Amino acid sequence: MDRLQLVSIFAAAVLLFVVLEMVRRRRLLERYALLWMGAAAVVLGLACWSNALERLAKALGIIDPPNALFFVALGFIVVLLLHFSAAVSRLSDQSKVLAQRLAIMEQHVRRLQGDRREDEAVLEASRAERLTESAGRGRQ
Amino acid sequence: MSPFRSLAVVPAYNESATVARVVEALHRDAPEFDVLVVDDGSTDDTSAFARAAGAEVIRMPFNLGIGGAVQAGFVYADEHGYDRMAQVDGDGQHDPSELQRLEETMREHGVDMVCGSRFLSEDLKYPSPISRRTGIHIFAFLLSRLVGQRVSDPTSGFRLYNRRAIGLFSHDYPHDYPEVEAVLMLHHHRLTMREVPVRMFLRGGGVSSIGTGKSAYYMLKVLLALFIGLARRRPVVDPGDDAPVAASHGI
Repeated sequence: MDRLQLVSIFAAAVLLFVVLEMVRRRRLLERYALLWMGAAAVVLGLACWSNALERLAKALGIIDPPNALFFVALGFIVVLLLHFSAAVSRLSDQSKVLAQRLAIMEQHVRRLQGDRREDEAVLEASRAERLTESAGRGRQ
Repeated sequence: MSPFRSLAVVPAYNESATVARVVEALHRDAPEFDVLVVDDGSTDDTSAFARAAGAEVIRMPFNLGIGGAVQAGFVYADEHGYDRMAQVDGDGQHDPSELQRLEETMREHGVDMVCGSRFLSEDLKYPSPISRRTGIHIFAFLLSRLVGQRVSDPTSGFRLYNRRAIGLFSHDYPHDYPEVEAVLMLHHHRLTMREVPVRMFLRGGGVSSIGTGKSAYYMLKVLLALFIGLARRRPVVDPGDDAPVAASHGI
């Protein structure tokens, strides 16, 4: 077992521990924790079972088996980042909808409080007034 | 009394220099329109000036961008049961007295959206930088082919919508630079549009939402959105579909 494998095993173990600890402290939703734990498990498995790594490397056409480990890890990171981009898109969409609702509600509340106009009747009256005014101007 | 209830939506981001003038011009030249100013998280007194000028104001808690702000206008118009919604920029480059012609065109041709165009008439040359004009013409060329109808000014934000268009856009409206994509969406939903020539003024104050540095990004983003919009089989969520914004989903 070479040094890289030992380092990989250690890194995967640390990752696993950190993820579990974050879940325990409620810093990480289980949904994402599972993803990370899966990744750690794959890295751990490949690092321990070097035969599997060699086979994988051969299948991918990689001469040095440990590089296959990096290749798999890199692929995982790309997928994860894409997933987070999707999550951010979803969140920004949600916050847009929330901002719109909030702004409309605030206007509604201000209206109910009678800050500027008593009620719809006043609005109607002002519209009617504007219309008669413009009609008057039209006749002149 | 107008047979319709009409709303003019004025998206404004840091337009305190011009927004009151726009509201007053709307009251004077388009009296059948109620005026709603959508303050898109301004850091100046846009809201106060607009309210003092007699407009209803909804104020975004933070800057959403023009798409999000205008969509709030659609939602408001939809919920308050307006039959017509006009979109008029807060910087004073649109002339409210021309809304009358937009309305006439809508009634005459029975279309769902009427769009004010700077480029339809030769004598109404719009004095804009050549780079921007070129961009607009590229969009116009592409969009005209995509929707099978001449669209001369797809980036114009001077528009009138009927109830169907209000309903559509209150549910789904493009994000960053919405005007071009909105035309395509309209086409996908088999709603109709028409353009009328209008005059546009140069901006009365403030800063355009599209700086020169952002122009390239603008072009790329809208082009991407156009082509992706083409690839969508069903661009908008219909009742009974999956939620467009899901609370959670798997990986």
